[in-house]
Amino acid sequence: MSAKKAFNTKAKLISNQHISGNNWHALLRVPAIAAKAVPGQFIQVRFSEGIEPLLRRPFSIHGARGADISIMYEVVGTGTRIFSEKKAGETLEVVGPLGNGFDISLSRCKGVEVSILVAGGMGVAPLVFLAQKLSTISSKLETVVLVGGRTREQVLCLNEFRKTGCAVKVSTDDGSSGTRGRVTNLLENALRKIDDPECTMVYACGPKSMLKGVDTVVKKFGIPAQLSLESHMACGIGACLGCVVDTTEGYKRVCKEGPVFNAQELTWGERTE
Amino acid sequence: MTVNLAVSIGKLKLKNPVMVGSGTFGYAEEFGDFVDLKNLGAIVTKTITIKPRSGNPSPRTCETPAGMLNSIGLENPGIDKFISEKLTELLKIGPPIIVSISSIGDPKEFITLAARLDKIKAVAAIELNLSCPNIKEHSRLISQNPKFTHAVVKMTRKVTKKTLIAKLSPNVTDIVEIAKAAEDGGADAVSLINTLGGMSIDVKSRTPKIAMITGGLSGPAIRPVAVCMVWETYRKIKIPIIGMGGIMDTQNALEFFMAGATAVSIGTGNFINPGLTMEIIRGLESYLSKNKLSGINQLTGSVKT
Repeated sequence: MSAKKAFNTKAKLISNQHISGNNWHALLRVPAIAAKAVPGQFIQVRFSEGIEPLLRRPFSIHGARGADISIMYEVVGTGTRIFSEKKAGETLEVVGPLGNGFDISLSRCKGVEVSILVAGGMGVAPLVFLAQKLSTISSKLETVVLVGGRTREQVLCLNEFRKTGCAVKVSTDDGSSGTRGRVTNLLENALRKIDDPECTMVYACGPKSMLKGVDTVVKKFGIPAQLSLESHMACGIGACLGCVVDTTEGYKRVCKEGPVFNAQELTWGERTE
Repeated sequence: MTVNLAVSIGKLKLKNPVMVGSGTFGYAEEFGDFVDLKNLGAIVTKTITIKPRSGNPSPRTCETPAGMLNSIGLENPGIDKFISEKLTELLKIGPPIIVSISSIGDPKEFITLAARLDKIKAVAAIELNLSCPNIKEHSRLISQNPKFTHAVVKMTRKVTKKTLIAKLSPNVTDIVEIAKAAEDGGADAVSLINTLGGMSIDVKSRTPKIAMITGGLSGPAIRPVAVCMVWETYRKIKIPIIGMGGIMDTQNALEFFMAGATAVSIGTGNFINPGLTMEIIRGLESYLSKNKLSGINQLTGSVKT
């Protein structure tokens, strides 16, 4: 049996709000999961008792406070459209917390620990939770957050990051907010100033192309990174083997061994979508 | 009124008729948080091959109307590692363990695998997966040909006295002919049905939604096909049928019994509701007592036509 306990339970929707563009934020009352969740983990949500959509949908945990967890989602298909039509007070079925979260111990570091969080689009969701966690565990820790998006509308959660006390930098593809260009350019600039790789960790979540870019940049500077991957999933609990990613040790399950992987172990060998 | 959920499949006695479909339940440990595993009727493992298989590239699954496609490609650790690492843990759980096996190259691999498992007393039964659609080495399935089906069951029968179950493909002209071939070859039961061949295309990118292009369709979408095949087969063979295909609740399971199944397997439903097996066991119990039936056996083939 797995050491980490997951729950198959009902959750009351406390709020379900439109943020911007196709982006939404939902708050779920689900005490068992809220008590256990760590940054980087996810939940599997079932929207209806019926057969559309049939499968649950995975969502990164965006925050956990008291009895509640929050998630963010982008309406991209049938499942998320149905989700966006749910009203406060309705009940959802939730399985979680699932997967392995970020590893936030830098055991070999003797000095000031620097965490660099790189988020693309909806990739901010688990990283806000991570930034909150990092702000509570060590006073010697410096956290820098780099947020990228296609346009200003896709740059999310800046205030939530700032509230945790970290420095925030923004880039957009069209220059409508922050620096024009890729968030990986911001990362490259930030890593140039790092003098102790053993005291630095990059955490990233976002589209696959961005994660691949982060991987290239961190390798150039010899700095470790933890990447949170997204995948279509059927079960989400490690049974169906549907969500595997290619690693140096063969296929691994995004839902079980992930969704957070060390950059060094990913081969990027599988077909891109 | 106490009801009797026990059923027999060959030499195998099950305390209840709710099993899990091969490949949908991992090696059971994945469900430990959601299911009281010891209460399952039986546990069928992911299909095991002689050598380890890494499986197919991603994406391996996609959702379809009322169903899903998969092309996992029989990812498994191989028989040696399965026996040394997975089987010991599975046997500790309690319910009968049915090991699903398949050949990749030569069908004689079934003999090798069955002979290995025959030596392990605690293995309750062997399911011959004659119907996996996702093996790139296979252009046809054994269970698409009655002669091959008969031959593979017969040669495997010679090396083991354990209960032998033949899992058949619905992608055939006449399922009854294939089921009879399995029965004649010495199978103790048939599992009906494996997935139906399916394909789904992302029209935006003009690419197939799964990497292997085609895959196996499962879920509620295939249930009427499965129920139909169980009913057609039930009237023509004497060995028990394990019915499966899109069971999502007790009502769905009852359909299979009424069509002629002796036991049922839950597959894709486990992905959507990991606690489904337990709900169905309770649901069958309460159906029997509400309808004043003393045993689940009374339901098998009870559809009024």
